[in-house]
Amino acid sequence: MAQKSNLSLVKKGTLKRLMKTLFAFFPVLLPFVVFLILLNAIISAIPAVFQQRIIALIDQALRKHISWSQASGPIFKNLSILIILYVISLVAAFVYQRLMAVITQGSLAKFREQAFKRMESLPIRYFDTHAHGDIMSVYTNDIDALRQMISQSFPQLFSTFVVLVTLAAVMIYYSINMFIMIIIGVILMAIVTKIIGGKSTKYFVKQQVTLGETEGYIEEMMNGQKVVKVFNHEKEAIADFDKVNENWFEASRKANMYSNILGPILHNMSNILYVIAAITGGVLLLWHVPNISISGMAISISIVVPFLNMTKQFTGSIGQVSQQINAVVMGLAGAARIFELMDQEPEVDEGYVTLVRAKEVNGEIVETNERTGMWAWKHPHQDGSLSYTKLAGDVELEDVDFSYNPNKQILFDVNVFAKPGQKVAFVGATGAGKTTITNLINRFYDIQKGKIRYDGINIDKIKKDDLRRSLGIVLQDTNLFTGTVMDNIRYGYLDATDEECIGAAKLVGAHDFITRLPEGYNTPLRNNGSNLSQGQRQLIAIARAAVADPPVMIMDEATSSIDTRTEAIVQRGMDALMHGRTVFVIAHRLSTVQNSDVIMVLDHGHIIERGSHNDLIAKKGQYYQLYTGAFELE
Amino acid sequence: MIKILLNSLREYKKDAIKTPIIVIGEVIMECIIPFFIARLVNLLQAGKATPHVLWTYGLVLFAMGCLSLFFGAWAGITAANASAGFAKNLRRDIFTNVQSFSFENIDKFSASSLVTRMTTDITNVQMAFMMIIRIAVRAPLMIIFSFVMAYMMGGSLSFIFLFTIPVLGGGLFYISKKVMPLFKAVFNKYDKLNASVQENINGIRVVKSFVREDYENKKFFNAAEDVRGDFTRAEKILAINAPLMQFCLYLVVVFTLSFGSYRVISTGALGLNVGQLSSILTYSFQILISLMMLSMIFVMITISTESAERIVAVLSEKSTLTNPEHPLMEVKNGDIEFKNVSFKYSSKADRNALDHVNLSIKSGETVGIIGGTGSSKTSLVNLISRLYDASEGEVLVGDHNVKDYDLVTLRNQVSVVLQKNELFSGTISDNLRWGNESATDEEIKEAAHLACADEFIDLMPEGYNTYIEQGGTNVSGGQKQRLCIARALLKRPKILILDDSTSAVDTKTDAKIRNGFKRFIPETTKIIIAQRISSVQDADKIIVMSKGSINAIGTHEELLKTNEIYQEVYYSQNKKEGDK
Repeated sequence: MAQKSNLSLVKKGTLKRLMKTLFAFFPVLLPFVVFLILLNAIISAIPAVFQQRIIALIDQALRKHISWSQASGPIFKNLSILIILYVISLVAAFVYQRLMAVITQGSLAKFREQAFKRMESLPIRYFDTHAHGDIMSVYTNDIDALRQMISQSFPQLFSTFVVLVTLAAVMIYYSINMFIMIIIGVILMAIVTKIIGGKSTKYFVKQQVTLGETEGYIEEMMNGQKVVKVFNHEKEAIADFDKVNENWFEASRKANMYSNILGPILHNMSNILYVIAAITGGVLLLWHVPNISISGMAISISIVVPFLNMTKQFTGSIGQVSQQINAVVMGLAGAARIFELMDQEPEVDEGYVTLVRAKEVNGEIVETNERTGMWAWKHPHQDGSLSYTKLAGDVELEDVDFSYNPNKQILFDVNVFAKPGQKVAFVGATGAGKTTITNLINRFYDIQKGKIRYDGINIDKIKKDDLRRSLGIVLQDTNLFTGTVMDNIRYGYLDATDEECIGAAKLVGAHDFITRLPEGYNTPLRNNGSNLSQGQRQLIAIARAAVADPPVMIMDEATSSIDTRTEAIVQRGMDALMHGRTVFVIAHRLSTVQNSDVIMVLDHGHIIERGSHNDLIAKKGQYYQLYTGAFELE
Repeated sequence: MIKILLNSLREYKKDAIKTPIIVIGEVIMECIIPFFIARLVNLLQAGKATPHVLWTYGLVLFAMGCLSLFFGAWAGITAANASAGFAKNLRRDIFTNVQSFSFENIDKFSASSLVTRMTTDITNVQMAFMMIIRIAVRAPLMIIFSFVMAYMMGGSLSFIFLFTIPVLGGGLFYISKKVMPLFKAVFNKYDKLNASVQENINGIRVVKSFVREDYENKKFFNAAEDVRGDFTRAEKILAINAPLMQFCLYLVVVFTLSFGSYRVISTGALGLNVGQLSSILTYSFQILISLMMLSMIFVMITISTESAERIVAVLSEKSTLTNPEHPLMEVKNGDIEFKNVSFKYSSKADRNALDHVNLSIKSGETVGIIGGTGSSKTSLVNLISRLYDASEGEVLVGDHNVKDYDLVTLRNQVSVVLQKNELFSGTISDNLRWGNESATDEEIKEAAHLACADEFIDLMPEGYNTYIEQGGTNVSGGQKQRLCIARALLKRPKILILDDSTSAVDTKTDAKIRNGFKRFIPETTKIIIAQRISSVQDADKIIVMSKGSINAIGTHEELLKTNEIYQEVYYSQNKKEGDK
């Protein structure tokens, strides 16, 4: 999905929090790695000194005409130190690089797991008010954006920083005059990096945004491609596409251009700085300018030459840092969005009434571990006593008011009484509030006024998980999960045996088509069951609810995609499924609801009529008009 | 494959060719500069650096630095141009090709996969392309030039590179080779992991109502740990890259210093001097860095190969429908005839979707089609506007085979309101004008009136200028269907096909729309597919479809008496209704 990268999204403190989180993930390993990076950085800054010493020794030997046998001793001594340093640095590099792989992937996995866990705990409201594509983008874009930042940018920035400090120390030790000159050059380079790098980042962000726009347009057109064909609208589609594509091109071109030229500019500035350093050294030597230094050494060729090498290393580091700017900006923006998800408040549950297996002993309900098929609400009281209420499926809404947001009320004084085993239907136009009522019974949303009681217990007092376990739900938009058909049916009750799952499928009339699938119950489903028809998917969803065997069922347009003839066949199974349960039915097809015990006609959040099908037809009110097609249903 | 891709370079070909050429200049400069610097350092060390020497060298080096910068920046600009332009053209070519697709082609690719191809895949190819034109030329050149320069200075000393280059190159190649299949496998798992997140987001109501949060957490945790394990394994191998490179660099330094110092001292600086020794070290660094770059390119190319394949698959897809050579540019009337027509969606399918259908419809007739899910009602009407070609037999419109017509002409005259219909982001007028670009406001209102859409449009505060969101999410299903009908009417077609297009419209409005058709477009042939008997019962004839063939044709009264399927459908919708 389109990701709207935005610099302003990076809140202050994101970096600090990210660091804290990373150290919390790896409290031992990460400090160790930091130490190794430090070691490696310091060591790789030092060899220049020994290299130069060796060259100075050679130089000396030449000048004083010392023979190789005499000169080789000190040279190899220095060389050995160099080799030892190299070995330490290699070992450190090898170990920290491998550990970094562990840390990077471990952190990404932990971020993923934490984000997912938090996401699962969020209230439905969160999912209803956030674009699913945006939530998805946390996993596909934002966590990925951390990868380069953690594995490359952070170690490199840190080690560059260490190298720079070390080099600066050594340089000051030798000659402050020359150091000042180099610092001026480096500041210039930093300024250039900031200007060009800033432009590059700006256009990278723009590139992301325009890519999102292009993606949005492509998505719309690809989904409506058949309509485009039917209306011969291809040319217009291409013309509009060209506009968004061209916008993207401009941003992408500029983003890459600035990032491409930054490298050569810094590289050559560093070359020029090197030359300037060489010439300055020459001038200092020629005119015997007094040297200011910690060491107090006078300027000499054995100072100038190592200085030149250090200059090269110093400026090279700046170039490396500049390559990481975009990764850091993207990574921090990603981290900010991950934290935003993790900061969402999870669903609160203050319920204390729980659902337990029960049996009847001498007319009294007692708790048991046996699978008796009987359930009871366990109700602890303030005085410490317990009482049990048999799970029956009596649902009662009393004077319920509800609104999703304060300025628009959806339900007004709704009263519904469903006795165990009754079938209650809701009909009404789109937006009348039918689905909202079912969202309240299972506490996806909480009511503002009134009471909802389940078996006489206020649902606020019932633990949400247990409340939802006692309710079966079949929704209009069928969502199946990757796995076999059997896995999907078993989703309703994880301990169900294969026989129980097949029994449920038979009950709802899904068995026939499932056995005709290539691998029967073991047929794998992908992409929300895209290999099945909408009607078949609804049947599996109904079987899934059947295997859960709850006393109360909510069917929200559960059979909308099954044609009426097939529905008539399914109806027998559905009737069997609904038998003995309290059922709430929402349907736009009136043939589905007409055998309900009570039909509620909703209009703009008010129940305007209630009664059986025959009552309502006889009344010749709204329901009658609906039934005869006088106004629109959705 | 590469040839098909490169076809899309077009106007950016120049930049694409220019880039490596300019890079050559940059490489030469970068190799010469250390050479001059070495000489300058030598002069400094020998104490021969007079002011004159300093200024000359300073100026020359400064000029070369500027030149190198100029080449580098220029190559950077042309590379950015070429790669972004290449990506732009590729995206455009895919989009354009998709526009030429027939329904059969469209069915082959899912919309989401086409979106991925036009975004992520193209970005991968763009990055790989930029690296190839900038670095694939630069790195080998750099290695060669640096080696030559090192040889010129150090002679046999430079042979150390003949050892280290193969070691590093071979090592890097081996690592990449080993790591690639690991990455491929884990990316697959990773896609699945993300797919499961998507499932959870979309199905959160199911997860929560079955109280499966813990179950899903555990499932996700296991999958995420699996992905982590595989990724870690792959990256651990990749982590050897940098130390290997460091090792080779150190090897060169130690070797050069020990043997170099011997050479310098023993020959009294005649065979090799100190400055040359330093510059060999510089060149070694350049060579090894270049090798590292090459291995990065190798990985990048491997990653993007798959993307390139997916892009080429769309680019090389040819439309299965083509215009005839001498197309008919006019449809005479709305007569339709099916002569022994069979149709299957794919030549491999073992069952015909339509089986030997014969049918004749006269211009101006209203025909209803009814039948269960999967009875091929839609397949039947799709052949009329040649959305698909019949596999066998002939479909005639206005007495000519549909294959003889110009496709645009045919589809303008045969207007289909699809079952799975879409509105596009834009105003209501914009959407309706899809039917006829140059329609006047009056014509639009007329069409909207005929489709009974004006009743709700007039109630909207901005009327015909109301903005429709992507996918038409801000209008109800019934409203959307009526807008789609109005849009199809604006074509003023000779044949109008409604494929289950009033299912969400209430029966009264539905009847009103059909009455309008009868009064205002009597010459147009109207074909109505419906689930509701009431939508078709007053048609001139009703076709009952079952399992890909015509089960019966007749009027409502006839079918109600004789046809079992029709009766069944009728009673399932009208039971308990009593005398209505």
